[in-house]
Amino acid sequence: MVELTLPKNSRMKAGKIWPKPEGKDVRAVKIYRYNPDSGENPRVDTYYIDLAECGPMVLDALIKIKTEVDPTLSFRRSCREGICGSCAMNIDGINTLACLYGLDEMKGDVKIYPLPHMPVVKDLIPDLTHFYAQHASIMPWLETKTNRPAKEWRQSIEDRKKLDGLYECVMCASCSTSCPSYWWNGDRYLGPAALLHAYRWIIDSRDEATGERLDELEDPFKLYRCHTIMNCTRSCPKGLNPAKAIAEVKKLMIARKV
Amino acid sequence: MGYQTDRQRVEGLGSAKDGTVEWWKQRVAAVALIPLVFLFVVPLLRAVGSDFNTVREIYQSPFNAITGILFFIVIMSHLRQGLQEVIVDYVHGKATMTISLLANTMFTTLIGITGVFSIAKIAFSG
Repeated sequence: MVELTLPKNSRMKAGKIWPKPEGKDVRAVKIYRYNPDSGENPRVDTYYIDLAECGPMVLDALIKIKTEVDPTLSFRRSCREGICGSCAMNIDGINTLACLYGLDEMKGDVKIYPLPHMPVVKDLIPDLTHFYAQHASIMPWLETKTNRPAKEWRQSIEDRKKLDGLYECVMCASCSTSCPSYWWNGDRYLGPAALLHAYRWIIDSRDEATGERLDELEDPFKLYRCHTIMNCTRSCPKGLNPAKAIAEVKKLMIARKV
Repeated sequence: MGYQTDRQRVEGLGSAKDGTVEWWKQRVAAVALIPLVFLFVVPLLRAVGSDFNTVREIYQSPFNAITGILFFIVIMSHLRQGLQEVIVDYVHGKATMTISLLANTMFTTLIGITGVFSIAKIAFSG
């Protein structure tokens, strides 16, 4: 459902301004804070960090704040090198991974919010339950009907190359949560991440359930809510192109009809 | 909430196994409209401000009449589809959505048929 104003309990209030350290290169970091247990509306806290004493990435700043300033700040992180997809958040107006986004890539205050239009568990942690269930629904595994070969399912180098630009997706949800169609119809529209994964298995030369996969996707909501807005491709921190993957799925839908 | 599982919520009513033809029609209409808009507007601009006899002459040409009628049919079906997408995207109340979809179909059909009838009337007059 399109929502142009925030619900009452989601409207942001002015937050706490934390003490400013001494230093030459001090930067303000404005972070969305929300604690469901407090019963209060979300707020934006302002922290200050000395860039001279901080790592280069936004995640470094967050870890520094959590360690040295405010241990109640909550966010997901794990690998700190763009491979786990945990630290996806809205930084300086774009959904990306905090560990891959440099503090020097933006001017002025660093503004950090959780991924847009998702229920917030706490601070920068969105509830991705539905997102993960959508991924599971596209059967993200090899489906075969031929008897299992003695060794492995073989694939040519050319066929393997078709998976490049798809297999690298780390399911960080930056793309899906940047998509207006996913905001308004995310309950039924699968979103760019799940559709990219669907395409990854559709074009896998070893997979034998291509027809069933296309059958499942052929739906005005699951697939055709994509209007080629391209926010997904713009936001992907791994440089992938979910919009193209979706377009390829649509082309296959036509290909099997004519 | 109940005890519905996350997967159950995602599965919903399952795939409609539909939407491709509609999607393709919209693309075909979009491409067809590139020449059709041009072919409709050129004689129209010639007709605007002219006396009735000149207008009749323009639309009694089978080429102008046929492309004009095609233009109305294609653009109104394209408009109906486009608006339907917008309504489905943004309007979610069951009653408001149904009313909007019906109003959309009726409006675009009415305008389309009016356009076709108008051109036919001039083309076949006198």
